[in-house]
Amino acid sequence: MAKNKVPEVNASSMADISFLLLIFFLVATTMDTDKGLARMLPPIVPETQDAPPVNERDVFEVLVNARNELLVEKQPMHMSQLKDATKEFLANPLGLATLPAKREVEVPYFGIIPIAPNAVISLQSDRGTTYQTYLSVQNELQAAIDELRNEISKRQFNKNYSELDEEQQKAVRVIYPQKISEAEPRSIKK
Amino acid sequence: MSRFRKNQDNEVPQVSTASLPDIIFMLIFFFMVTTSMKEVSLMLSNTKPEATEVTKLERKSLVTYIYVGYPLAAYQNKYGSEARLQLNDAFATVDDIQSYIVQEREMMEEDTRPLMTVSIKADADCSMGIVTDVKQALRRAQALRISYTAREVERMSYK
Repeated sequence: MAKNKVPEVNASSMADISFLLLIFFLVATTMDTDKGLARMLPPIVPETQDAPPVNERDVFEVLVNARNELLVEKQPMHMSQLKDATKEFLANPLGLATLPAKREVEVPYFGIIPIAPNAVISLQSDRGTTYQTYLSVQNELQAAIDELRNEISKRQFNKNYSELDEEQQKAVRVIYPQKISEAEPRSIKK
Repeated sequence: MSRFRKNQDNEVPQVSTASLPDIIFMLIFFFMVTTSMKEVSLMLSNTKPEATEVTKLERKSLVTYIYVGYPLAAYQNKYGSEARLQLNDAFATVDDIQSYIVQEREMMEEDTRPLMTVSIKADADCSMGIVTDVKQALRRAQALRISYTAREVERMSYK
């Protein structure tokens, strides 16, 4: 009749076991998420097709040579100046004849405003350019576009571009599209 | 009066550690969920280039990785010291990219295939030559959404 009690499982080592697991996951964790500059590559065009004609003033030409030097619109330039030069080109605030032609276009939310629909950045790098330099150039161009978009969003909506809703972002993208064209690869002579 | 003084001589009770395992378990679950194990073992150098304007790659299942860099010292007598590619766990050449992309695309859900993004993880010291070759190969493979992986920094340092 003696009622044998089942002894309780000693749970005091539970904490130790879970600590062990915790330490394992702490060590195995790599928190870094993948971040980068997103781009779209152009699809391959058949060779018979000619490139569409572009006006000289609508093209912002950026060349990078094998010695990591920049040539922007045929002028040597330091990397730190590239962003401002790009902004100047894309915005063309004074409507200069050497910078992209502007046209009055109706944009949702903004009404009829002058934009430069044909403005395009042409980037060409040499095979010897280091990747960091190339990415810095891409980064500066992206920064220029982002800043312009933010400026216009601030003026119109009093918000940053990233805080706008889908439709508003679309409208801003019409005004400042991200048009970076990369020429077919070739070697640039020094 | 005496009713309030009843426990005065008692010691401070010990802090109960009974909830400790629960707390630790909570931490474990947090780390288990946030952990992403290293997918491949890198056989080449991979110093990420720096950039300020980076965006996050959102859905991991849509991303395919291509590594570019110089082979590590242990592999150099076999594969040389020129910049090379790594796909999954093996060295590869530019010609292998097309079949690799096709294979990766096959493994994805039908409706997400157009959203496939290729993340180019190239070493900052690489020359553009090999990166250009990779890009051309990706164009031929119709994988047009790409991302240049970079490390986010506050300010760029230009010499």
